[in-house]
Amino acid sequence: MSEQALKVVIDEELCKQCELCVAICPVHVLRISSKINSKGFHPAELFDNEKCISCGFCAMTCPERAIAVYKPEVEKA
Amino acid sequence: MKIVYERPKTLEKVVNHYCPGCHHGILHALIAEVLDEMKLADKTVGVAPVGCAVMAYNYLDIDWIEAPHGRAVAIATGIKLAHPDVLVFTYQGDGDAASIGLAETLYGAIRGVNVTTFMYNNAIYGMTGGQMAPTTLLGMKTTTSPYGRDPKREGYPVKMAETIALQDGTAFAARSALFNPRAITETKNHIKHAFELQMKGEGFTFIEVVGTCPTNWGMTPVEASEFAKNEMVKTYPLGIKKDVKGSETR
Ligand SMILES: Cc1ncc(C[n+]2csc(CCOP(=O)(O)OP(=O)(O)O)c2C)c(N)n1
Ligand code: SF4
Ligand code: SF4
Ligand code: SF4
Ligand SMILES: [Mg+2]
Repeated sequence: MSEQALKVVIDEELCKQCELCVAICPVHVLRISSKINSKGFHPAELFDNEKCISCGFCAMTCPERAIAVYKPEVEKA
Repeated sequence: MKIVYERPKTLEKVVNHYCPGCHHGILHALIAEVLDEMKLADKTVGVAPVGCAVMAYNYLDIDWIEAPHGRAVAIATGIKLAHPDVLVFTYQGDGDAASIGLAETLYGAIRGVNVTTFMYNNAIYGMTGGQMAPTTLLGMKTTTSPYGRDPKREGYPVKMAETIALQDGTAFAARSALFNPRAITETKNHIKHAFELQMKGEGFTFIEVVGTCPTNWGMTPVEASEFAKNEMVKTYPLGIKKDVKGSETR
């Protein structure tokens, strides 16, 4: 399996487009996408992986728990 | 990269029936997370209410029983008598726990029943379409208070966490919320503490959780979270109201 590249992975089928994650993200890197899931919702998406600080606020706030958050390992000097 | 936040194991991987942005889902996830961390899911029985959380039994992978409207604490009392070693909690709405079920809830505290009650307070009867509840804020418009709740006509909002805290059988009573990560973390700490007290047999533990009902409040989920943070907490101040083990852990 390839190395996990994105810090935030959203299960699009679980998302209900409530936008709570978008509103809570302290660095504003989430938005509602133009995709559409089988329930007719536009799932949220991460649009700036670089700027995400892996704080997990979006995951905690998501009422669907549709979000998984990854953190880069600290690089050894 | 390593995973830092993922879906709790005890939270079934199904799409729940709650409206988009409803905080019921956040509270479910927190309970699941604490049961995972305490490794208690296999010895837990939940009691589901009548209200929007009526199908909570579909969402947490534990044993459940469904109570008639308001009767959750009475049923929990029976389960605990038969199985004193099992972790027992009730998951109820404000209408369920503070209106039709007020006697059961209050007597859980008075009798010091060793179970945990979650009361999700969205100040409304959500499931039935947004009628006024005893918890409805003064001035709040609902389908049965279309001009806003007037205390001269409909009385005052009931303060459950404070009322439960007054009873000698209560080990822990607190009010917390879910409108931002800080409030969510606080709620999670309360859940863990309440479960620990129950496992030690300390008595009735009660967590009132200020939630939302975007649908019947007529707000977007983001507006509803803001309303909970800015308005609900004025009538329902957050914090620990009673803790028998106060100084130890907090
Ligand atoms: C004996 C009985 N009386 C009334 C009802 C109708 N009823 C269903 S849910 C509910 C109130 C739900 O409100 P709450 O407990 O606050 O839960 P919420 O849906 O807001 O989460 C009522 C009055 C019922 N199902 N059974
Ligand atoms: S982990 Fe934090 S920074 Fe990254 S998207 Fe979620 S809320 Fe934003
Ligand atoms: S909080 Fe969850 S359900 Fe709501 S938009 Fe974000 S990912 Fe979707
Ligand atoms: S009616 Fe209100 S409380 Fe019930 S699921 Fe919808 S938003 Fe949540
Ligand atoms: Mg309610």
